[in-house]
Amino acid sequence: MKTKPLQFIKRGEVVTLAKVPPARTLLEVLREDLHCTGTKEGCNEGDCGACTVVLGEVQDGRVKYSAVNSCIRLAHSVDGLALWTVEDLAQADGRLHPAQQALVQCHGSQCGFCTPGFVMSLFGMYQNHVSKGEPITRGMAQEELSGNLCRCTGYRPILDAAQAMAQLPAVLIDEAKLLQKIEQLDQLKHRLEANFSYISPKSLRELLVARSANPTAQIVAGCTDVGLWINKMHMQFEQILDVTRVQELRQIEDYPQHIAIGAAVTLTDAFAALVKDRPQLHTFAARFAGLPVRNSGTLGGNVANGSPIGDSMPLLIALGANVVLLHEHGHRDIPLEKLYTGYRKNVMTANEVLAWIKVPKPTAGEMLKVYKISKRFDDDISAVCLAIKLQMEGGKVASASIGAGGVAATPVRALKTEAVLTGQAWTQATVQQAMMTLRDEFSPISDMRASAAYRSQVLGNLLQRFWLESQGMQHTNLEALAWEGEMA
Amino acid sequence: MNATNHSSQPISAPASGRSIAHESATAQVSGTANYVDDIPEVRGTLYAAPIMSNVAHGRLRNIDAGAALALPGVRGMIQAQDIPGNPVLASFAGDEPVFASDTVQYIGQVVGIMLAETTALARRAARLVKLDIDVLPAILTVKDALQTNNYVLPPVFVKRGDAALAISTTTNILHGELEVGGQEHFYLEGQVAYVLPQEQNQWLVYSSTQHPGEVQHWVSHALGLDNNAVRVECRRMGGGFGGKETQAGHLAVWAALAANKFKCPVKLRLDRDDDFMVTGKRHPFEYAYTVGFDDTGRLNGLKLMMAANCGFSADLSGPVADRAIFHADNAYFLEDVDISSYRCKLNVQSHTAFRGFGGPQGMIVIETIMSDIAHHLGLDPFDVRMRNLYSDETTRHSTAEKPTRRNTTHYQMKVEDNILNPLLSTLEQSSQYRQRRQHISEWNAVNPVVQRGIAITPVKFGISFTATLFNQAGALVHVYLDGSVQVNHGGTEMGQGLNTKIAQIVADELGIPFERVLATASDTSKIPNASATAASAGTDLNGRAAQFAARHVRDNLAQFASGLAGCGAGAIRFGGGLVTSPTSVYSFDEIVKLAYANRIQLWSDGFYRTPKIHYDKTTLTGRPFYYFAYGAACTEVAIDTLTGESRVLKVDILHDVGNAINPAIDIGQIEGGFVQGMGWLTTEQLVWNNKGFLSTHAPSTYKIPTAGDVPAHFNVALWPEPNREDNVFGSKAVGEPPFMLAISVYEALRDAIAQASKAGAQNVKLVAPATAENVLTALGRLSDQMT
Repeated sequence: MKTKPLQFIKRGEVVTLAKVPPARTLLEVLREDLHCTGTKEGCNEGDCGACTVVLGEVQDGRVKYSAVNSCIRLAHSVDGLALWTVEDLAQADGRLHPAQQALVQCHGSQCGFCTPGFVMSLFGMYQNHVSKGEPITRGMAQEELSGNLCRCTGYRPILDAAQAMAQLPAVLIDEAKLLQKIEQLDQLKHRLEANFSYISPKSLRELLVARSANPTAQIVAGCTDVGLWINKMHMQFEQILDVTRVQELRQIEDYPQHIAIGAAVTLTDAFAALVKDRPQLHTFAARFAGLPVRNSGTLGGNVANGSPIGDSMPLLIALGANVVLLHEHGHRDIPLEKLYTGYRKNVMTANEVLAWIKVPKPTAGEMLKVYKISKRFDDDISAVCLAIKLQMEGGKVASASIGAGGVAATPVRALKTEAVLTGQAWTQATVQQAMMTLRDEFSPISDMRASAAYRSQVLGNLLQRFWLESQGMQHTNLEALAWEGEMA
Repeated sequence: MNATNHSSQPISAPASGRSIAHESATAQVSGTANYVDDIPEVRGTLYAAPIMSNVAHGRLRNIDAGAALALPGVRGMIQAQDIPGNPVLASFAGDEPVFASDTVQYIGQVVGIMLAETTALARRAARLVKLDIDVLPAILTVKDALQTNNYVLPPVFVKRGDAALAISTTTNILHGELEVGGQEHFYLEGQVAYVLPQEQNQWLVYSSTQHPGEVQHWVSHALGLDNNAVRVECRRMGGGFGGKETQAGHLAVWAALAANKFKCPVKLRLDRDDDFMVTGKRHPFEYAYTVGFDDTGRLNGLKLMMAANCGFSADLSGPVADRAIFHADNAYFLEDVDISSYRCKLNVQSHTAFRGFGGPQGMIVIETIMSDIAHHLGLDPFDVRMRNLYSDETTRHSTAEKPTRRNTTHYQMKVEDNILNPLLSTLEQSSQYRQRRQHISEWNAVNPVVQRGIAITPVKFGISFTATLFNQAGALVHVYLDGSVQVNHGGTEMGQGLNTKIAQIVADELGIPFERVLATASDTSKIPNASATAASAGTDLNGRAAQFAARHVRDNLAQFASGLAGCGAGAIRFGGGLVTSPTSVYSFDEIVKLAYANRIQLWSDGFYRTPKIHYDKTTLTGRPFYYFAYGAACTEVAIDTLTGESRVLKVDILHDVGNAINPAIDIGQIEGGFVQGMGWLTTEQLVWNNKGFLSTHAPSTYKIPTAGDVPAHFNVALWPEPNREDNVFGSKAVGEPPFMLAISVYEALRDAIAQASKAGAQNVKLVAPATAENVLTALGRLSDQMT
């Protein structure tokens, strides 16, 4: 099968690479083909951030900068984009970029192996915040650096560096020139041909045709999980179908009753839209993996992948989200919890793609919370995830929808618990009853994240937390305290 | 040679004492600092991946690599039969095969190495190899090992006085048990070696290692060559933490054997998951204790059983378990004490050195006991700790004929440099411990869900290798014709800033700017037989050796300059880049040029051995440590009693580094060590399943702290006093001691649990690490415990 030449912009120049296999990662191309060894492999699964690079992509006529993990990013996915690695930031005369200079000044590197990744995450923050005049707070730095691990420093000097960047002489990218380059590169590109080994359609129409014509191609929508199948399970893929360039699927559409999030919208943007409607989701959104994963991964990918410990689905189930499945000749619109039929199995046929996730807008009387329990607060996978939405009317629960993760082979809806709550007065007695039901409703497994007993117990306890919060109790969890510590 | 001629003195020490940036910082932020995997590769290099046992214990009957070898691009494999030299690894105990051949002893044990044209292909091929293994019963718990006397080394017993009698005659007795988990090093740079065969059966090994000399020794042993045929180089590691002390040797040996068979350069870089599966970790420990104490909380007698999970082989388990014994006192005088230490053999990875080297496992149990005593008596744990500190008070057993004081350890070393009391008192004040404890208990009374806790714990950590012979070091200082200087020493740079500190020391010794001194890669052809960079002693040992080497050169220059000036050599001063006599001033560069023209030696070696130390291995008594490093931390935490989640809210540290050679680097070690220790005791949980498979084998499942876990209130202050022993520039070692400051996190969590439980004087049984599940269990609020 033919491979299309891969082209991207690095240091202001077009890099062209021929015959890059479809499943080759960006990190392999950087280190092994281009001999750019500044970017490091720390874990090869997108969990440590040592391989972080920054991508530049045109969005609404501007360059959008995203820090991503190059180890689980397929090389062909950066075709037509601008790419920065740690080697690209210093000026020709050796002057360091503020992201670099601040780290040196704050003693933010010890062994230095995580440093290139931190530099690139800081560069992303510089472009997205500092260059727009937005100061970086310690809290923002903690949130945006949670995908970068350091084993030496204890992070304090790195957090200081993030905040110190703005005090250094500004270094700005000539965006007009860059946009022009990206545009030129776009015009150079060959038209899509269906028999390439890496298919990256630009329109929904092209996608559906390609899907029908190549039913065995592996679909990727950000590749933050498939990347692990390649790196860790050593799976071989002859053909990849990348949905992330499909224009229609990169939109978030606003309707009177719901928003429709395109399957190729990144987790960063999708969560931003969800948080806009429901600000209480901010912390949960920030705890979903690390920023480089959220910048690559898509909501559609997370949903279609259907991991029982994927964090978006319990929330989306509680919100009453539907998914729209498309094929060349029609579509289906089904509740999210009906998508799954078993462990990583779903109802989609070989010619179907998941196109949109439709999320109802908040209504008066809605009480919604989502809770995640994991060993580490940030960038961890849930042992238990519980999302609860109650529709209250006159002190009674008019309706309930509860999504749970980590308790079954798929993300699930707690129908029995919902039944116990529905129509009842919102009282401690009702909650006690519902807690018992919720603990009994699922038979979770014991694994390295938690025991079955813990999962069941905590499911009920989280409902208790929800109750206490609904009664206006202060200090029902640790989030506020963490901030108090910060103020002191 | 410890004493050298002090004829010529530097005028001042402008480089040391300053927070100079790490010598590689600019290269690191630019991506130009090379690690082993970044070295440009030689044409013909093959890439390797390990073939690992998937059974914890069994007879290996056959290795079927047919499917793997059939893949295009796969070049072959090596196994035990391909070893030209000794098939037993040249480790300390001689109990590990290079490759498992007839018996496999843990899941992840390497039986062979697959070679291919790319790393990805080698890894894929290695997984296609089928091992035919007859499964044998495996020992997977410490309890099973103890029950069957399954040890890698014999048990060790250390006693002073009569613990049983002291316990039986005291007013209060407590029994307790404790379980503390291990820890994966999680150096960001995984294990890697790149081996290049040279002419005439000579070998060049690039290894990410804390111990190039041992890599050299092991590789030559396996290849059947003299040591001198193997040269090992390491410019820097992407983190070590003890994990690259012995473990790096395995990789280098495997790569060298492959290079030997295939006659080409071979690179072996472990995938992160394989690194977890193959290499050893911090030893998990289990304890049982009985302690007798008076009503003031003073400990009179202690019987302590410590069982280390050593994994399948001895590796460094002997000295690790010894150091746990040496630190079972931490800061406290144990008058009548009886310690038994078991080195259990389990069918898991062979546990190894990790920052603290048994020290943390020794200290955590005595700190647990201190809090248990306090809870039992209804005292503030801080007061109980103060009551038990080493001091000059007389002991209970002291008599007029035989006066004894509370200042000697259970291994008979007198604690001469004790600053525990003033240090702890200072921290008590500066952290406002008493007021905060009061505030916390008021807060807890009105907030039923989230409960807070606070604790101050001290650290007293012995500095020196306990094996006296390792306490030696060498260095070379070269002065070139332009006055620039290179220093090379036997230590290795793993991020701790050793090269920076040594360059500062050499710059001051020669009186030249820091920028004129370059520290170069560790290299066995420059400094032979160097000890591992370990035991926190890197700067103490190599820094002194480098100081002596520089001093020799300086003395040569002083002698020469005094001849020019017609004065005594003692009148020559070096400083600010100048060489000054009563009658003349030369720049350092000028005097170097003149000295060269007059055939004066401009380079020298330096050698150092630590004075005063001695230690009897059979009785575990003596003075194993040159001095102690001290510190203390006050930590406040909160727990969620519905879920068991926890957060560290505030940390105040007061730590003793003597005269800091580089305060920023030392503070970096303190903060980094603390956070790493916090990870050990909170989120970093190693889980082996009932087959002996390590289920937490990547950062997706094994969680080291991230930026969000570090509290904004994180204050570090340095104790303002130089080392009381004669150590380089008055400094103290700093690599390991701060790690154990994090025991304050664990104790603060236990405090919060105790406050939440309100069940009175019950001991809080908290299994470490204190994951949410372990905290909820300790609260007694998991399933059927629920009230």
